[in-house]
Amino acid sequence: MLTISTHLYDKIVAHARKDHPDEACGVIAGPAGSDRPERFIPMENAERSPTFYRFDSQEQLRVWREMDDRDEEPVVIYHSHTATEAYPSRTDISYASEPGAHYVLVSTRSDDETEFRSYRILDGEVTEEPVQIQD
Amino acid sequence: MAIEVRIPTILRTYTDGAKQVEGSGATLAELISDIESRHSGLSARLIDGGALRRFVNVYLNDEDVRFLSGLDTPVKDGDTVTVLPAVAGG
Repeated sequence: MLTISTHLYDKIVAHARKDHPDEACGVIAGPAGSDRPERFIPMENAERSPTFYRFDSQEQLRVWREMDDRDEEPVVIYHSHTATEAYPSRTDISYASEPGAHYVLVSTRSDDETEFRSYRILDGEVTEEPVQIQD
Repeated sequence: MAIEVRIPTILRTYTDGAKQVEGSGATLAELISDIESRHSGLSARLIDGGALRRFVNVYLNDEDVRFLSGLDTPVKDGDTVTVLPAVAGG
């Protein structure tokens, strides 16, 4: 299960809405081993594409080092789908590389309703998990 | 002195859990082949068909080696090489 604050939930949705129709992506870091998403880090989508995302490699190095220095890990890795449902695509599954992360998918395909779902992706296998939003 | 190579979580199965390993070589390709001799299997996760895999980022110190000379990038003692799987999808 992913437990996330209303504040961080709203930040992810706002980022996805702002970058629509391109895909938005980012990380929420948290203390290593805690499973608590705490620090919101929106990332540049280097692809600037409505169908693909990729973290900018230089920005990723900087952010990953910073997490390392602060003894954090990527607790949540999120991105948006802008025309399809909030379910991992084939490419999402094949490139998933953080076995400990919650992969959050947001869909902005509808103007008035945002889908927000979370998954574990391990060795090509997708498992959806409940999302608990807390104040 | 040696060249330090930082290994991401997902590849630590090849390094007995070690976050970093050391190696030597004059180029990135030589360094990877030196490390492969002690951590078998790692090379295939980084290189495919003689080139770096598209969804693996390799940095020499602070620079993505794609913007240097890829596998031919010269390396030297005291350098740090960082491997990070690209975060990407559709």
